[in-house]
Amino acid sequence: MNTPSNVMAESQSRSEALALDISPARQVYWLVQRELWENRSIYLAPLAVAAVFMVGFLVALIGLPARMRAAAALGPMQQHEAIGQPYVIVALMLMVIEFLVAVYYCLEALYGERRDRSILFWKSLPVSDVTTVLSKASIPMLVLPLVTVAVTVATQFLMLVVSSAVLAGSGVSPAMLWTHVPLFQTSLINFVHLVGFHGLWYAPLYGWLLMVSAWAKRAPFLWATLPPLAIGAVEKIAFNTSYFAAMVQSHFLGSPGSVTPAGGMTMEMLAPLPLGQFVLSPGLWIGLAVTAVFLFAAARLRRLRGLI
Amino acid sequence: MACIEARGLRKTFGATVALDGLDLQVEEGRILGLIGPNGAGKTTALNAIVGLTSYEGRLNVVGRNPWTEREQLMRDVCFIADVAVLPRWMRVSQALEYVAGIHPRFDRAKADAFLAKTTIRPASRVRELSKGMVTQLHLAVVMAIDARLLVLDEPTLGLDILSRKAFYDSLLNDYFERRRTIVVATHQVEEVQHVLTDLMFIDRGRIVFSRSMEDIESQYREVLVHPDRIAAARALNPIHERKGVGRSILLFEGLDREQLSVLGDVRTPSVADLFVAIMSGRRGQAQGATP
Repeated sequence: MNTPSNVMAESQSRSEALALDISPARQVYWLVQRELWENRSIYLAPLAVAAVFMVGFLVALIGLPARMRAAAALGPMQQHEAIGQPYVIVALMLMVIEFLVAVYYCLEALYGERRDRSILFWKSLPVSDVTTVLSKASIPMLVLPLVTVAVTVATQFLMLVVSSAVLAGSGVSPAMLWTHVPLFQTSLINFVHLVGFHGLWYAPLYGWLLMVSAWAKRAPFLWATLPPLAIGAVEKIAFNTSYFAAMVQSHFLGSPGSVTPAGGMTMEMLAPLPLGQFVLSPGLWIGLAVTAVFLFAAARLRRLRGLI
Repeated sequence: MACIEARGLRKTFGATVALDGLDLQVEEGRILGLIGPNGAGKTTALNAIVGLTSYEGRLNVVGRNPWTEREQLMRDVCFIADVAVLPRWMRVSQALEYVAGIHPRFDRAKADAFLAKTTIRPASRVRELSKGMVTQLHLAVVMAIDARLLVLDEPTLGLDILSRKAFYDSLLNDYFERRRTIVVATHQVEEVQHVLTDLMFIDRGRIVFSRSMEDIESQYREVLVHPDRIAAARALNPIHERKGVGRSILLFEGLDREQLSVLGDVRTPSVADLFVAIMSGRRGQAQGATP
């Protein structure tokens, strides 16, 4: 039996607890933290790629002074390309791995928790389905691009420092290296490309994948890929048109910054030029609206769908 | 105000009727055992109560609609589905940090104190723990939440007898410290009967029996009838009869001890015996009704 003082202490502690509420920001912080605990590939995959690249780069450092002397004889454009090449390659490699991790993450995000029944634990806590889905969508749309930018910039900086040391040791001035690899500018381009394209421009893809992962009872990858292919095929057979395929293709392959400059690979070609045009392009906003629809559907499905 | 109030709860999965107009009321501070055969609708009923499944009918849990207000409901309600739902990748310390981060009524110190009494190490991952340890961890989390209602669905499934006993001991200790409402659904009737204040039997989506344990103790008597008194005993309308070792055991409702003691040895039936008696009575009626 409860004594009256017990009851009072109890009701007091409850009203205190009532006043203590969890702010949405704190909730999102812990939800994202949770995703990072579960999906360590979000940071381990870029770090592993960077580490592997660095090993190759360090081995190739032996020939660097000779290459720099050779580059000095080239014209300014070729010089820029030759010196900047390893820096572009590592950025591109990290972008590819970022994209693969994002796709894999989305397909697993709302499917795995139903398969291993842990959704019963998550749902026993005071977090809504919408908050959960939004926190999961923030991984491919924001967290992964930012992690990848950080890893890319750190790797490029390390490459510059090590290269400069090697050049200084062999009596070649590292000044040319720093003029052709402007780290600040390069990082900015990298940031805009990853956050803008990989995060926001590709968002409808992540929304679609998250929705499928909330819906599929098995094989989410097949469910994510077959229906778009089927729509394209049916359209082609029935109407002999390919509007759907063209729409998907133009959004994901022909984004409005990919005006490839003539010549080889340079960091500048990754920049969405100009930024104003990107922000104002209807494709971006239509894409984000479509993403919102997919994410809303994913949250509804998470509420309705049971265990697998 | 009742902690849980359900009126005419219905839920179907295709042609299968899981809940068939279930009515149920649980007052604050009770420990209710929900007992039923497989497929009776226990899990569906509990899932509806914690907002995991939609339903037809009226349902009010701690003053809220579970289906439309699950997020707010879960500040006041804790739920343990069964032993396998804690994510296997999670570390013990991460589980505590996460719940502390998102639950406004979680007391980390209390969970730590509970875990300190066990052999569970904070750095272990859930997948490295035994089934019994996972249940202890889940219980540590739930006990540290100042919730008004605790819903347990087969919480000790697959555990050995020592772990099961430890689980219910912890549950009772917590209950004496802070009276909250507990609903537990289980097959393992013998282990929960000393814990309960109320008992309900569920069959084919309906509550078919609902009494407090005090009522059961005062109302139900089991008699090991002397062989020569069997005719007299049967004349008193037993609700169930079964064969014991050399003697028939008859179950009576609403008769006093003195009246029955002339027939043989009188005792209070176990919940398991009561369950069998009431369920087989229902099955018998159902068979009689459809020849």
